[in-house]
Amino acid sequence: MKAAIVVFPGSNCDRDVQVALRQSMRGAPGHDEPIMVWHKDADFEKVDLIVLPGGFSYGDYLRCGAMAAHSPAMTEVVRRAKAGVPVLGICNGFQMLTETGLLPGALLRNAGLKFVCRDVHIRVETSQSPFTGRYQTGQRLRVPIAHHDGNYVADEEELERLEARGQIAFRYCEPDGAVTEAANPNGAARNVAGVFNEAKTVLGLMPHPERLADSALGGADGRPLFDGLVEALS
Amino acid sequence: MSEAVRPNLARSGEITPEIVAEHGLSEAEYDRVIEVLGREPNLLELGIFSVMWSEHCSYKSSKIWLKTLPTEGPQVILGPGENAGVIDIGEGLAAIFKMESHNHPSFIEPYQGAATGVGGILRDVFTMGARPIANLNALRFGDPDHPRTRHLVAGVVAGVGGYGNCVGVPTVGGEVNFDPGYNGNILVNAMTVGIARKDRIFTSGASGIGNPIVYVGSKTGRDGIHGATMASAEFDDRSEAKRPTVQVGDPFTEKLLIEACLELMATDAIVAIQDLGAAGLTCSSFEMASKGGLGVELDLETVPCREDGMTPYEMMLSESQERMLMVIEPAKEDLARAVFEKWDLEFAVIGRLTDTGRMVLKLNGAVVGDLPIDPLAEAAPEYDRPWTPTPAPAELAPGSVPAPEDMGRALLDLVGSPDLCSRRWVWEQYDHMVMADTVGRPGGDAALVRIHGSDRALAITTDCTPRYCQADPKAGGAQAVAEAWRNLTAVGAQPLAITDNLNFGNPERPEIMGQLVGCIQGIGEACAALGMPVVSGNVSLYNETNGKGIPPTPVIGAVGLVDDIARTTDIAFKAAGEAIVLIGETRGHLGASIYLRDALGRREGAAPPVDLAAEKRHGDLVRGLIRGGRVSACHDLADGGLAVALAEMALAGDLGATIEAPGSAPEDAGETPLHAWLFGEDQARYLVTAPGAEEAAESLLEAARAAGVPAARIGVTGGPALTLPGGAPISLGELRAAHEGWLPRYMGD
Repeated sequence: MKAAIVVFPGSNCDRDVQVALRQSMRGAPGHDEPIMVWHKDADFEKVDLIVLPGGFSYGDYLRCGAMAAHSPAMTEVVRRAKAGVPVLGICNGFQMLTETGLLPGALLRNAGLKFVCRDVHIRVETSQSPFTGRYQTGQRLRVPIAHHDGNYVADEEELERLEARGQIAFRYCEPDGAVTEAANPNGAARNVAGVFNEAKTVLGLMPHPERLADSALGGADGRPLFDGLVEALS
Repeated sequence: MSEAVRPNLARSGEITPEIVAEHGLSEAEYDRVIEVLGREPNLLELGIFSVMWSEHCSYKSSKIWLKTLPTEGPQVILGPGENAGVIDIGEGLAAIFKMESHNHPSFIEPYQGAATGVGGILRDVFTMGARPIANLNALRFGDPDHPRTRHLVAGVVAGVGGYGNCVGVPTVGGEVNFDPGYNGNILVNAMTVGIARKDRIFTSGASGIGNPIVYVGSKTGRDGIHGATMASAEFDDRSEAKRPTVQVGDPFTEKLLIEACLELMATDAIVAIQDLGAAGLTCSSFEMASKGGLGVELDLETVPCREDGMTPYEMMLSESQERMLMVIEPAKEDLARAVFEKWDLEFAVIGRLTDTGRMVLKLNGAVVGDLPIDPLAEAAPEYDRPWTPTPAPAELAPGSVPAPEDMGRALLDLVGSPDLCSRRWVWEQYDHMVMADTVGRPGGDAALVRIHGSDRALAITTDCTPRYCQADPKAGGAQAVAEAWRNLTAVGAQPLAITDNLNFGNPERPEIMGQLVGCIQGIGEACAALGMPVVSGNVSLYNETNGKGIPPTPVIGAVGLVDDIARTTDIAFKAAGEAIVLIGETRGHLGASIYLRDALGRREGAAPPVDLAAEKRHGDLVRGLIRGGRVSACHDLADGGLAVALAEMALAGDLGATIEAPGSAPEDAGETPLHAWLFGEDQARYLVTAPGAEEAAESLLEAARAAGVPAARIGVTGGPALTLPGGAPISLGELRAAHEGWLPRYMGD
């Protein structure tokens, strides 16, 4: 399996996700070091997974992810995603995916108007995807969020469609799995923390699974996401 | 002196006494300017003298005292004098760190003031070749009831977060305090810690006559002109008008600058490098040339400018952010240019090193300024300002301080007070986990940040108790160091070195100067006794508004090393049934305590005495116990004493405890009244829990006895409440509501 992480000016979780991927790939035969692809590079090698990392691409000075969506590398990412190459967008990467239209909806400023960094609980809505295969449907995970603009919105029709097609990947929940308003850290519609495209080959999520993929950091609930990807794409 | 300067000289009548005063120079200092130059300066040159000789850049009031601080040790690679201090952390690596104030700008424009404070200290660290791995912030605000306080808290916290979050360096700790003494002059002290390879540390001393001087980063604008001078003057009611001298931060550019500089530093292109901070191009080019014993010639028309028509005066004094100056190997110019172009940053050769020992400034070939470098630096004023020692307050006997009617109520009030309540509202606005190495998050005694790719970690804390410094500067200075040392120890780290950020009022007043002198003496003694030298620091004076100085606030930022993150601990109670052991001696010192101030509204009494030998003995014992896996939780005792520490440990672990006074009955707490036992702020103390069986507690007490350290079992963990001697159980829910409630409520969330 080969993975590429696209590095934009202002990306700051690129190394973190590389570490998490490397950890899951280690030991498995035939795996290469996850490569870093510079945002100006539209012609990077063929890979089995593309990751759009968190951070503040281009300073987030326009709208989060809006400028990244028009970078040379992203034009290529969109092309490959449409051809079925799996794409994972975390935080700022999720924002890029909605900006490019690879995922429906948009991410607005948090309802509380402030940047929020803390562990949250999310519920796995389906294990039927290359991203969530190592989880059980309904499983609760503790993972951190760190964002200013994670308030997921889509119109009612779109939300219904997402529900009907099983495109909602994760929802913010209480530790016991209950989906409540109190457990929603940013005002996201229907507590949505992550969504798939229709083919479930593209996942965008606001929480950072790469930040709790190592028990030395206080939890490893994020690790099965990477382990599962390596397994599914090898 | 060159020909071109003469026409200016002929019109030297333009430098009026008013202009001199506006530049913050005294008459005597202006006479010295003329002496150094051998003539009157033009306006550009006056501006340069003014910033170079400002308190902020020259340390003229504090230098003779700073020289008394211990700065050496086997762990020290570079002490004070460079952009930041450098210490050896083993395995070929160095930790590089410093703390710096951005008080005045933050009061005027809190968001940008705090943001650029973070940006500035980051540059001080990565300019030396380190990748920044952690930020901390020591913040001090006025009375919560003061009409400006809420606005300042909101702006500063958002500014710290806005900058740190974007550059992708975790903000892992710090302090927040409230005191009416900061009503007109808040404190924003930012600290950055970075890690570099020991054999790849970059410094600012230029070398190689003819080598190009390269400017990189953002363009130069008109912002921040005379920031250094502002930071060296008192505030008055018209300070709002100084808003234009506050710089605007661009964390995105800073992030690019970090990556570009570190990328170029991996090659051998850089001879010397220096960030552009206070006093911008002036200070940086001066320092580089001065340290190299060389001269410098700048072609100002090549300086990348944000707007047309900027004058040499503006270019040289601008404090625009996110800029660096480098001397590079001439053969590597193309390589260096390519790196900065990759990151879409400005790159311009703006001058060269010379052998003249002078700073010559040219605009389109004409000399517009010409100053001797060494004489200017050597003639910088250095004052032995008169000082009067702070009178020692009367000791306050524990028995003379009234007890609260209800100990539980008193504890709830304290843990829900502005100074002791949870800071979660603050640190949840900071990305404290980016870089995925934050092992010990905010809310504990010290932050723990793993050294990337290893099982080792740095422990980092900032500490100061201004109440003690006000009562007794020397004891307060020593206490700040001792508390920082304890906080590092309490997570299992070996303390290594400190940076100090000395915030005081107007040093021209002998009683303020006395506070500065006392605090430095205390810091020096404690650093020497605890083997924790000062490797970098910053002095911020004139923190006054309308003639009233702030409480003396010498903030200590300390760094320690953990060899194995598996052998650390935190403050949370871990399991029910564990013995709680109090290490250190409790006399019930209530002078200058939080209990006295917040429960009784009294500010009096002596600061708690600091016994440095006891600190060392107790701390070494505790660290050994943690590293040996013999304690399951550990907490340093500080503000609010034993009771507050217990509450914090219970809340962190979501597990209660039952506490017994040393005697069998509550009224029998030895010589010490119960409330003094609970809320006294005696130093050199820790709370630890002994994991597992009865024998663990006994062996722990035995270890203390063997080390000559007082230790007593005071209770046991368990249950949903904290029960103090003779009191009703306080449910954790009630305790948590009090602790977590105040700050969000105050900020209107």
